Amino acid sequence: MNVFLDAFAWIFSPDRTTGYLPLWEAILQHLGFTFGSVAIAAAIAVPAGWAIGHTGKGREIAVFLSGAARSLPSLGLVVLLYLVIGVNFKEQAAVVAFVLLAIPSILAGAYAGIEAINRSTIDAGRAVGMTPSQVLWKIEVPLGLPLLIGGIRSAVLQVVATVTIAAYVGLGGLGFALIQGIQTRDSSQILGASIVVVVLALALDAVFALIQRIVVPRGVVSQNTARAGRRNRRALVPRT
Amino acid sequence: MSITRTRILPAVGLAAVAVFALSACGSSDSLEGSGSNNGGNSGEKSSTIVVGSQDYYSNEIVAEIYAQALEKADFTVERNFAIGQRDAYVPSLEDGSVDLFPEYTGNLLQYFDKDAKATTPDDVYAELEKALPDNLKALDYSPATDQDSYNVTADFAKENNVSEIGDLAGISDLTLGGAPELEKRPYGPAGLKSVYGVDVKFEATANTTVDELVAGNIQVANVYSADPLIKTKDLVTLKDPKGLFLASNVVPIASSDVADEISDVINKVSAAMSPEELVAMNVESTVDQRSTEDIAKDWIADNLG
Repeated sequence: MNVFLDAFAWIFSPDRTTGYLPLWEAILQHLGFTFGSVAIAAAIAVPAGWAIGHTGKGREIAVFLSGAARSLPSLGLVVLLYLVIGVNFKEQAAVVAFVLLAIPSILAGAYAGIEAINRSTIDAGRAVGMTPSQVLWKIEVPLGLPLLIGGIRSAVLQVVATVTIAAYVGLGGLGFALIQGIQTRDSSQILGASIVVVVLALALDAVFALIQRIVVPRGVVSQNTARAGRRNRRALVPRT
Repeated sequence: MSITRTRILPAVGLAAVAVFALSACGSSDSLEGSGSNNGGNSGEKSSTIVVGSQDYYSNEIVAEIYAQALEKADFTVERNFAIGQRDAYVPSLEDGSVDLFPEYTGNLLQYFDKDAKATTPDDVYAELEKALPDNLKALDYSPATDQDSYNVTADFAKENNVSEIGDLAGISDLTLGGAPELEKRPYGPAGLKSVYGVDVKFEATANTTVDELVAGNIQVANVYSADPLIKTKDLVTLKDPKGLFLASNVVPIASSDVADEISDVINKVSAAMSPEELVAMNVESTVDQRSTEDIAKDWIADNLG
């Protein structure tokens, strides 16, 4: 357990507030890259995913393209893009790599959310005279939201872990402390920085888990609780 | 939809198989290559000398020169190249499965003795001899080095009239770029200040260091002295008269069993190899894409002929 104590001592040492890259600044850079990349990925993948889910067309090609893009190793992609577009645009190179990493999960979440809706619900909407755009915005998008948020959640997790490679091209983030620790053979720094990444990932996951619960539409919630209530009726104390 | 899927998937699968097959070919070729090299020798000497190298092209060139020089002297040689980095291969040196390895005095000294203070070539070598385990011996070190160095662009050197690190003192707004760990090294920003009185800001440019220097985002760059980029990007390596950097000369590390047997051959190689030649060979390897065997053969023909 000593190594973990040393690692925590590293994290909470006053030295972490000084130096070239203070820990809090590295965390902010790390979060900045994560949210920036996921936001750009969402701006691309959510409309595309909704279009696929709504029309039922283009699913195979989208899966193929985004899956192929995702299979590129991120570190290699960052270095390749940086070599191609030049050192002054290395931030953009890194963001492109992270965006490509984030797109598949968000895309899948967006169209799967719509595909998972009971067809009779959508038919009911059409039957009461909803236009296609009303069907999209009033039925498909709200009902698909929990799965979409789930897709964003897993994208955030992948990106937050991968942003550590930004330090390989001198962009800071928590990877800086990791690489520095590896090269100076400072195991408490390596473990300490890893723990910060893990805690960050768990915290973000928890936040998105919460959002995922909140966005479930009220009608679906009451339907579910009604069902659950029926199942648990015997266990419940009768209300007066 | 299912038609596209059945067409695309085999194509992707084939491509993946092809990549794996090709990479497998590459590695088996190099194994066969190294195996056939020791087949042709008559093997007058009793034992086979196993030459190892780091997974670093420049180190492999030096190892190949050792191997070919030994073969010329009728030793039987087995090549065990590209083993990895220090943590990976030092154990094989210590247990005797590798007999000869090109190393770098300063970096190896740091590996065995973290707190070593020596920086000049002779001091580092003397301390290294003491720090090495009993069954390993350092043969003569070469004037060729592969060590940290501070570099500026040729234009910057001319404009500001700098040739030594000390000349940087007094120039304002200097940014030093290098690997993340440079911040903590004794020769990093703190050492620059205390040894030469040079004030710099630090920027962890990592793998982009030389490009940042050429782009003008940093003014001073930490680059290994044998890096071909120094030549190809027209950089000026600043002289270090006060010994800020840990000297890291190329040094053959041999197991004690064979050290005396091979020292004549290998010491001649070390003495003949200049820093400029090491850089030139690195350029041949990275820029001209010549094979390690050819580079080593030419160097031996030119220098040990």
